[in-house]
Amino acid sequence: MKRSTYIVMAVMALLFAVSWYFKAATYHGNVMSPLVAGFMITLAAFLTLAIISFVYQDNPFYKFAEHLFVGISAAFWMCQSFWSTIVGNLIPRISTGLSKYFGQPYRDEPWNFVYWLPVILGILLLLRLSSKIGWVSRWALAFIVGTTAGLSFIRYLRSDFMEQISSTMVPLLAAGNSGESLLSNITLSATGPFVAMLTNWVIFLGVICGIVYFFFSKEHTGLFGRASRVGIWILMITFGAAFGYTVMGRITLLVGRLTFLYKDWLGLIS
Amino acid sequence: MLFRVAIAFACLFIIAGVAGQPAGDTALAVQQTIAPVTSLIATNHEYDNGTGIDLIWVPSIDDRLAPSRVTGYEVWRSVVGGSGSRIAELPAGANKFTDEQCSRESTYVYSVVAISVAGNAVSISTAPIQPAREWINLHRLNLLAIAFLVSAAVIYFIQSARSGKKLFVRKIAGLDAVDDAIGRATEMGRPILFIPGIQDMDDVQTIAAITILGRVSRVVADYDTKIKMPVSRSLVMTAARETIKASYMAAGRPDAYNDDMVSYVTDEQFGYVAAVDGIMVREKPATCFYLGAFFAESLILAETGNSVGAIQIAGTAMPAQIPFFVAACDFALIGEELFAASAYLSNEPKQLGSLKGQDVGKAVALVVIVVGTMAATIGSAWDVTFMNQLWSALKVVFQTN
Repeated sequence: MKRSTYIVMAVMALLFAVSWYFKAATYHGNVMSPLVAGFMITLAAFLTLAIISFVYQDNPFYKFAEHLFVGISAAFWMCQSFWSTIVGNLIPRISTGLSKYFGQPYRDEPWNFVYWLPVILGILLLLRLSSKIGWVSRWALAFIVGTTAGLSFIRYLRSDFMEQISSTMVPLLAAGNSGESLLSNITLSATGPFVAMLTNWVIFLGVICGIVYFFFSKEHTGLFGRASRVGIWILMITFGAAFGYTVMGRITLLVGRLTFLYKDWLGLIS
Repeated sequence: MLFRVAIAFACLFIIAGVAGQPAGDTALAVQQTIAPVTSLIATNHEYDNGTGIDLIWVPSIDDRLAPSRVTGYEVWRSVVGGSGSRIAELPAGANKFTDEQCSRESTYVYSVVAISVAGNAVSISTAPIQPAREWINLHRLNLLAIAFLVSAAVIYFIQSARSGKKLFVRKIAGLDAVDDAIGRATEMGRPILFIPGIQDMDDVQTIAAITILGRVSRVVADYDTKIKMPVSRSLVMTAARETIKASYMAAGRPDAYNDDMVSYVTDEQFGYVAAVDGIMVREKPATCFYLGAFFAESLILAETGNSVGAIQIAGTAMPAQIPFFVAACDFALIGEELFAASAYLSNEPKQLGSLKGQDVGKAVALVVIVVGTMAATIGSAWDVTFMNQLWSALKVVFQTN
C-alpha cells in the first residue's frame, strides 16, 4: 500500500476512536455499558459511511465493509437455516435421540414419509461432494425444479390468466345507458359514470394490447403491430409510474440512513 | 302464649324458607335470560385435506329479537372421550364457523354457548363427527379444464416441433445481442457476469434464468470466454454448476470447466449486492446478464454495471423492477419475454412447443375478453337478457374461488 493510504487509515482510526470516546461519554449513566453502546453506534456509522464511499470509487473501507457484511450474513443465514429448519422443524419430528441432544421437545407424531423426503433429498444433494456418485444430486434438483414448475403452473393459471380474464370483462358503457344521454351529461367526478366508463375502456384496451405485445407466434406487423405498439406504450407509462413510486421509497431509505447519521451518531438534529 | 308466638315464628320461618325456594328459581330464571342457539349441525368441510369441520346454527332467539342482549358466541370442541376447550369467540349475529384445526384421526363433538351479561346458554352438542379428506376439489373443475386445454396445446406443439415442423417465433429485441455481447467480452479479454436474481430454485424466474444460462454458457464455452456467476442461494449454485458443466461438455471442452465459475456469496440481499458490486468494479466485466427475480438491488447492480462500461442485458418479471432495467440497461426483457427467451435462444422443440402452447392460451384469453366485454356492454346498456346470461356464464367459468 502507498504511504497516503496508511495516513488515511490512521486518520480514520483516530476519528473512530474520538467518536467512540464522545459517544460513550454521551451514553454515560443512560445505559448499562456506555463503552459498548458507544462502540456499536460508531461502528454502525463508520460502516454506513464505508458503504456510501462506493459512490466515489472502490476503496479499502468499502472492501472491509463488504467482506464483513458478506462473511457475517453468510454465517448468520447458515446458522439460521440449520437451527430453524433442521433443528427446529425436522429433528423433533423424526428422532427422539437427536431431539434430546439438541434440547428440543420431541413431537410424538405418527410416522410420516413427508418428513423423511427432505432428509433424503438433502443427502442426495450432499452426495455432490463425491466425484463418483455426484450425479445423484441431479435427482434432488430435478425434483425441486419439477415441483416448482408444477405448482407455479396452477398458481399463474389462476392469478395471471383466469383472474385477469374475469377482471377485464367489464361493461364499456354505463348500466342502462347506451351512450346518448351519457355524452350529454359528462362529469369528471372520480365516482361518476363517465370516469368509470373511461377506466373500463383503459382496462379493456390496455389488457388487449398488452396481450398482443406478448404474443410470440405472429410477426408484429399491420393492425397486430399497431396494437402491439399501443401495448408497449401502455407498459412504458405503467413502468414510468412504478419508477417514480419506487424512487420515492428509495429516497425514504436514504432519509432513514441520514437521520441515523445526523441524529443517532452526530446528535445534530433532535 | 309464648308457645303460640313460637309456632307463629316457626310458621313464618318455614313459609319464608319455602317462599325462598321459588325465589331462588326466579333468580336462576333471571340469569338464564337468553335462549341457547338451536339446530347446531356439524358437517365435514368439503374439498380439504381432512382438517376442517363446518358448523352452522340458528342464533339465539334473543339475538334476533333484542340484539344487544346477546354479546357473542363461543364455540367449544371436545374430542370424544376427552375434555372440551373453547376454540373460537364470535360476535353477536354469527351463525356459522369453520374449525380448520382438526385431525383426521379424531372424532369431535361441538357445542355453541350464547354469551350475555346476565348469563350464558349452552346449546345441545352435535353428533360426533370425524373430518374426511377429499382428493379432488370439484369446485375447481373449471381450473382443471383450462389447465388441460393449455397443456394439450403445449403437448401438441411439442410433438409438432419434434416431428420437424418449423414453429415460428417472432424476433425478441435484445436476444440477438446475446452472441454479440459474448463476442465483445471475448475480444476485450474480460469476463461475463451472469446474475440469476436473488430467489431460489422454487421461483420460476430463476428456472428461466438457469435455462438461458445453458445457452449463454454454451456460447461462452465455444468462444473460450470467462464467465463469473456469484449467486445468493446454494441450490442455485448447484443447478448453475450443473448447467454450465453440461454446456462445456456439449461444446466438447469439459476440461475448460471449473467449479469456481459459480460461487456462493450470501443469502442476505444487500450483502450479496455489495459483493457483486465489488466484483464488477474490480473485474470490470464486458457483459452483464441480469436475468431472474430481482428486488431493490436491480438499480444498484445495473448502475454499477453501467459505470464500468459493460453491455447489459436484463430480464425480469418483477413489475416494480422492470422500469429500472429499462432505464439502466442496453437491452431489457420485459416480463413474459424472459420466459420466451430461453425457447427463442435454444430452439429446442420442448421449449418452442411450450411457448406456442402458451400463445394458444393468450389467444383464448383475447377471444374470451372481447366476447365477455361485448356481452357485458350490450347486456348492461341495452338490458339484453341473453348477453347478461353469457357474461355471467363466462364469469363462472373463469372464477377462481
